[in-house]
Amino acid sequence: MKDTIGVETTPIFNNVEKGAIMKFAEAIGDNNPLYNNEAIARASIYGGIIAPPTFLRSMKGATIRLESEISLSKRLDGGSSWDYYHYIRVGDTIAVTAKLIDIYEREGRSGRMVFIVRKIKYTNQLNQVVATQDSTLIYY
Amino acid sequence: MNKQIFFDDLHEGTLIPPLIKNPTTQQLVQYAGASGDFYQIHYDQDYAKSNGLPTVIIHGALKNAWFGQIITDWIGSSGTLEKLSIQYRGMDVPGSPLTIDGKIVRKWVEHSKYFIEVELWLQNSNGERTTKGSAIFSLKSITK
Repeated sequence: MKDTIGVETTPIFNNVEKGAIMKFAEAIGDNNPLYNNEAIARASIYGGIIAPPTFLRSMKGATIRLESEISLSKRLDGGSSWDYYHYIRVGDTIAVTAKLIDIYEREGRSGRMVFIVRKIKYTNQLNQVVATQDSTLIYY
Repeated sequence: MNKQIFFDDLHEGTLIPPLIKNPTTQQLVQYAGASGDFYQIHYDQDYAKSNGLPTVIIHGALKNAWFGQIITDWIGSSGTLEKLSIQYRGMDVPGSPLTIDGKIVRKWVEHSKYFIEVELWLQNSNGERTTKGSAIFSLKSITK
């Protein structure tokens, strides 16, 4: 399993649609007009609708399936660490790639727990890395 | 929209305006749809219980969204979010209010940019801090 560390997945391309940004903002309960009001967003310094910082969680990427190798099926989200470089805008095409950067085990109250850390990279159509997310999944 | 904030007016130790959320199971379904995260522990009671959970739990990533919102609500267009991190120490369930708070812990200048770091936490209605994190943003203006 350790040999999969550092290998980048094939990119999956995601189109950023206005409706998807608006629905995401509504779902998180954020009524910031930059996410849902074209006129206000255009008149702002951003020049148009942008996506909320964690909108990238709705992007699809190739999955790194490890359940069978670690023989644990239940999972919880352990946390995320984001670095942001550019705004995400309506009409962008975001390439999502991921690589495994760490795997470690701990003994928890309910037994063995395996922590899997992936670095997910989001790149737009201008070849700019818009953000990276280090995401920790806990299998138990 | 919110008023502009300036680097010189921000001080280490100052609390930022809190964000209060009242999540419902309906919101979890809505978030599942908007994010594409259809893991059943967030909307299927039986499935959640068979996974050893008390009931359906709030998506960690939804709490992550609120950690972003408390910052963007506050800084508006005065600055840019550069980093955001979150660690889930405990689970949260829908049906009671959650409060997200933040405190300024560091301010510095680097390559002529003005940076602020904020420590973030989420507290449930029993006063337990289930979630911790931090944010770093940069400001365009040092003063008026």
